[in-house]
Amino acid sequence: MNLYCTRCAAPGTCYVNQNSFLASSTFRLALLYVMLFTVSVLLLFSFVYWSSVRYMASQSDAAIRTEIQTLAERYENRGVPGLRRLILDRITRQQPTGSSLYLLSDPLGRPIVGNISRWPKVSPEDGWFNFNLDTSDRDDPDLHLARARHFQLTGGFRLLVGQDIHELKSAQRGMITALGWGVVLTVLLGLAGGFFISRKMLARLEVINETSQRIIAGELERRVPVSSRQDEFDRLSANLNQMLDQIQELMDGIRQVSDNIAHDLKTPLFHLRQKLESLVSRESSDGSNSQELQAALNEADRLLNLFNALLRIARLESESARTIKQPLSLPDLVYDVAELYEPLSDEKHQHLSVNVQSPVSILADRDMLFQALANLVDNAVKYTPEGGNIDLAVTAEAYGGSVSVCDRGPGIASTEREKVFQRFYRADVSRSTPGNGLGLSLVRAVIHLHNGTLTLRDNHPGLCVQMTLPKNLADLKI
Amino acid sequence: MRILLIEDDPETSRYVTRGLREEGHVTAVADNGADGLSMASDEDYDVLIVDRMLPSMDGLSIVQSLREQDNPVPVLILSALGDLEDRVVGLRAGGDDYLPKPFAFEELLARVEALGRRPNKGSVATQLTVADLKMDVLARKVQRADQLILLQPREFRLLEYLMRHSGQVVTRTMLLENVWDYHFDPQTNVIDVHVSRLRAKIDRDFDEPLLHTVRGAGYMLREPE
Repeated sequence: MNLYCTRCAAPGTCYVNQNSFLASSTFRLALLYVMLFTVSVLLLFSFVYWSSVRYMASQSDAAIRTEIQTLAERYENRGVPGLRRLILDRITRQQPTGSSLYLLSDPLGRPIVGNISRWPKVSPEDGWFNFNLDTSDRDDPDLHLARARHFQLTGGFRLLVGQDIHELKSAQRGMITALGWGVVLTVLLGLAGGFFISRKMLARLEVINETSQRIIAGELERRVPVSSRQDEFDRLSANLNQMLDQIQELMDGIRQVSDNIAHDLKTPLFHLRQKLESLVSRESSDGSNSQELQAALNEADRLLNLFNALLRIARLESESARTIKQPLSLPDLVYDVAELYEPLSDEKHQHLSVNVQSPVSILADRDMLFQALANLVDNAVKYTPEGGNIDLAVTAEAYGGSVSVCDRGPGIASTEREKVFQRFYRADVSRSTPGNGLGLSLVRAVIHLHNGTLTLRDNHPGLCVQMTLPKNLADLKI
Repeated sequence: MRILLIEDDPETSRYVTRGLREEGHVTAVADNGADGLSMASDEDYDVLIVDRMLPSMDGLSIVQSLREQDNPVPVLILSALGDLEDRVVGLRAGGDDYLPKPFAFEELLARVEALGRRPNKGSVATQLTVADLKMDVLARKVQRADQLILLQPREFRLLEYLMRHSGQVVTRTMLLENVWDYHFDPQTNVIDVHVSRLRAKIDRDFDEPLLHTVRGAGYMLREPE
């Protein structure tokens, strides 16, 4: 189930689907943000870890330094025996698993007193060092690390004071684990947040996309909904709506201008025609200019027909078009059209057939629908070569019925299919044939008025025009 | 025939009256609705030609008032609107025929003459005769000079209409409206092909043609002179 596409205008017209959700720029932005955030959290955690480790190490070093100082002072005052007693005292006072380490040895390196048995293998002459504690005498299987300071006493005696930093190390490991989980949690929370935010954003963008799609599909009066939040999306929607209003105004203006021109020119043209006609009837008696006058009259008729067709389409397309709809049998209408054009196609030795699968009754304007069908059949007869087939078919559909008119003419290139419905548009192949380029515009206007659809298909070779009409107008009013 | 034209456009009015007078019709003119209605009520005319858009009273109201006065005078409504739906509105208001502007004078004349000579509604002839062409409408039989002619149903209706209007010009639009019963604007002259088929059946084997083409107007079925 596609979550983001449930209210699409028509199949295949959606911009956003589930796949592109992950590819959406909002989600990518959220992902980038999560990545940056994770890096900064990592840096922050590393700093916390590094400074705590440093602090703990310096604490332990300071303790060792103080202890050495105390012991050194005792040695200065009381000599080796005093120092020995103090060390013994320290060792016995701390718990068996205590962390303080002591070793006092004579100048030859023989231990005098201490809680480690011998000098660690690595021990510089004087200073700080780390070493692995020999834990063979304890029950602890872990390897213990120790930190110590080697101090040269006067008289060649050597003193080692250190600390078992095993606890320190495990505290550090615990910290790393905690910080690691912290990072994982940050990433997860960031991703979830990004997901929800981008979904919310997408939902609002999708409303705009969907409206645009509907407008492209022809519902020009559609507008993007604007909420009361007055945020940037609302501003975008409001601006879009304003732009759409202006576009519609311009379109209406253009249509109105052309319709007004047609309307205003009609009367003077009519008068011109009247004068020409009077002249023709008067001149025909002496026969001097009658042929040229007749030609002029024919031209005037052509012009008037063009204007009439234009005005008719304009009226059909405008809201004010009133239609008188009555129930009619679609097959009967198709048979009537076929019967009317049969002699004409017969003259071109074409085969005109009607295929009706089942009776279909719809509510429609009989004359307008007849006109639309007649225009289509007229075209089919015009463009189908001698001996070709013209097939009319009526099929019943759940919502009403459909009529198709298929010819064997040159057809219409797929790139031109949308254009042929434009007023005055004529496909390249049709330029040499008579016609005013308004026939299909009229068909479309009639079908739209009936809330039907019109599609052009390739007939290999030729053209199939299919019109679908709803049974009842109320059924399809959205 | 006595004809009353109610039309406010002087150009059209002049053009129509001149044409009608040339054809030998007595023509009166009113240039607004109120005058037109009083003239139509006071005097007897054979046909009324009424424009739909008129000052003081529109054409449809005139027709409605006349019908309320039980005046059966045939009325041809002219309209600049010229759309199919207006036609239905016009005929519902009581008009007998409807002609959208712009029109050819021949079209107007043919329609006016058809209206003026319309037989009374009660007695519709079932036996039609034009010269040696005979039609039995009920038995659906056509013969010419005792030779039976077989016609398709549409050809039969076409011939019936032509015979009922024999001696009158019948335009292509009139044929479409009355024989096919569709009001539409054919892009090609489909009617001509139907007429020439009919002509082949009734005229080809005979010396005197009955079905004639009237140039620039339409067709006429008439007795040979």
